[in-house]
Amino acid sequence: MTTAAAVAPSPVLEVRGLSVSIGRHDLLHDLTFTVGRGERVGLIGESGSGKSLTSLAVLGLLPEGARATGSVRLAGVTHDVVGASERAMASVRGNDVSMVFQEPMTALNPTMRVGAQVAETILVHAGRGKRPGADRAAVRQRVVALLDQVGLPAPAELARAYPHQLSGGQRQRVVVAIALANDPELLVCDEPTTALDVTVQAKVLDLIVRGVEARRSAMLFITHDLPVVATVCERVLVMYGGRIVEAGPVAEVFTRPRHRYTEGLLGASDLEGARPGKPLTTIPGTVPPAGAFPEGCVFRTRCRHATAECAAPPPWSSADPGHGHACVHPAGGER
Amino acid sequence: MLLHLVRRTAILVASLAVSSVVVFGFMVLLPGDPARVALGVNASEEAVGRLRAEFGLDRPLVEQYASWVSGLLRFDLGRSYVSQVEIAPQILHRLQVTLWLVVCAMLVALVIAVPMGTLMAVRHRRPSGFLLSALSQVGVAVPAFLAGILLITVFAVRLGWLPANGWTPPNEDPAQFLRQLVLPVLSLGLVQGAVLTRYVRSSVLDVQREDYIRTARAKGLGPFRALWRHGFRNAAVPVVTVLALQLSTLLIGAVVVERVFVIPGLGSLLLDQVSNRDLVFVQDIVMLLVVAVLLVNFLVDVLYVVIDPRLRAGHS
Repeated sequence: MTTAAAVAPSPVLEVRGLSVSIGRHDLLHDLTFTVGRGERVGLIGESGSGKSLTSLAVLGLLPEGARATGSVRLAGVTHDVVGASERAMASVRGNDVSMVFQEPMTALNPTMRVGAQVAETILVHAGRGKRPGADRAAVRQRVVALLDQVGLPAPAELARAYPHQLSGGQRQRVVVAIALANDPELLVCDEPTTALDVTVQAKVLDLIVRGVEARRSAMLFITHDLPVVATVCERVLVMYGGRIVEAGPVAEVFTRPRHRYTEGLLGASDLEGARPGKPLTTIPGTVPPAGAFPEGCVFRTRCRHATAECAAPPPWSSADPGHGHACVHPAGGER
Repeated sequence: MLLHLVRRTAILVASLAVSSVVVFGFMVLLPGDPARVALGVNASEEAVGRLRAEFGLDRPLVEQYASWVSGLLRFDLGRSYVSQVEIAPQILHRLQVTLWLVVCAMLVALVIAVPMGTLMAVRHRRPSGFLLSALSQVGVAVPAFLAGILLITVFAVRLGWLPANGWTPPNEDPAQFLRQLVLPVLSLGLVQGAVLTRYVRSSVLDVQREDYIRTARAKGLGPFRALWRHGFRNAAVPVVTVLALQLSTLLIGAVVVERVFVIPGLGSLLLDQVSNRDLVFVQDIVMLLVVAVLLVNFLVDVLYVVIDPRLRAGHS
């Protein structure tokens, strides 16, 4: 097989024109992006910009009452995630794509031993497709190996513990072990270290990165911690108001932001520029509630550069959805 | 785990002690002298005095209480003031009847509530869930004795499918026993089932929103499987609490329903002895009901630990 498609591998995740609404509120608007094989892509933005909803849409786990249109395709999955049946998605989740959630304290079932919770991920997909059937002893060995890989001490004994007997960092390691158990093509992380102690954050982050590297998995990494994106990701998508407002390689977007929102985000995270007595840089105003974003450029109500022109939806700056911005008055001069 | 058990047992013993004092105190405070009641208004003071001495009513209260409690501990409940019969065998006999009612009603309630409540929770946004919810509200609003009368009117009087009342011990005629059991059990169980359904619904609704259910879904479990494997055990804790309360309610409810269906259970016995002013008999029955309620609560406390590992102390 030396077709053109095999030479240029198709992406692991391909999102096209994804929109999500609940009731009359449009929460995600026409998202288009891809994550390549083994690629690590950051998704950044303030709370309320639609990052988490995007991650749930990728797994087809949108909350009840949410309506999605557009297309979400995963490598190795024959059907579209949008509109897929529960049964079809169940064989995909935890297998082709899996997720690490933000809150380790509540992500695990308090009444089940952690080893059993890791084993369940393996057992649920055992016998499906190319996966071997379940062999209790083999599964137990794999669980212990997984817990060992995520750096948990005495994994064989720890597998018999209940979640409340572990610290937050340890629980998040278990969640990571669950997510990586079936070597997914894509790992979605929704602020996986935000709820952890600062001292633990770097360690958990490191084991996530080593985990996906060892499996050559791709990663969609959601965070509002820009330095983390800079160290972990190759490309970055900037979201605001349910839209992707800028996308490109991390090095480029972080050093020469074009969208005024990206510029504001970077300014607000710039700790080197912070000095005693000098107020911290912030983006004026707050993220409006869902449904209250302005027409045209969603950021214009908080943007110092906004003009009458911004009342019309700003066009994407290039033909490549993975590299460009949607701003009429970009930073670093007009285009 | 052991510490928890010891602590709960201590609480059980303490509550039993306190409630025995309360029950005894109430009976002392009630107006009317049992000896006078037993002999009638025309009896001479001398005869009443003799009977008081025979009953031990002339002794100090503390002594009376001590002898009653030590009797309870040996399950020697004394003799009736009125009929002079041994109380313990009578209560035991009637208790068997009431237990059939209460246990069967509880099972009916559970069999209705768990699937219905879950269905209502899973479909709470759809019309079918709303309809079930409204139906259960109606059930909650109907008292057990009214349900009993309605059931008798429809199934015994109009349709003639089942006997309207009566009781046959199961070892005498099992078929008749079951036929007579259906209506009283339903009138107790349906109402309790409706109440329990509400609690199952809200408990499952809460659990459905938990992060670990989402984790289970993200692992590849379908919505029902996620709820089954991860939700039910967690949803069970509040439901078990309500179940214990309901068991107590059922014991009390049985008093009324036994009247409606003319069933010779503990409830009928209690009401009979109240109208006989047979104080020691009433005192024993009330104490037995209190013991039953406290025991149920104790068992529930133990059950919590079985359900939720977080409550097991000293586990590491």
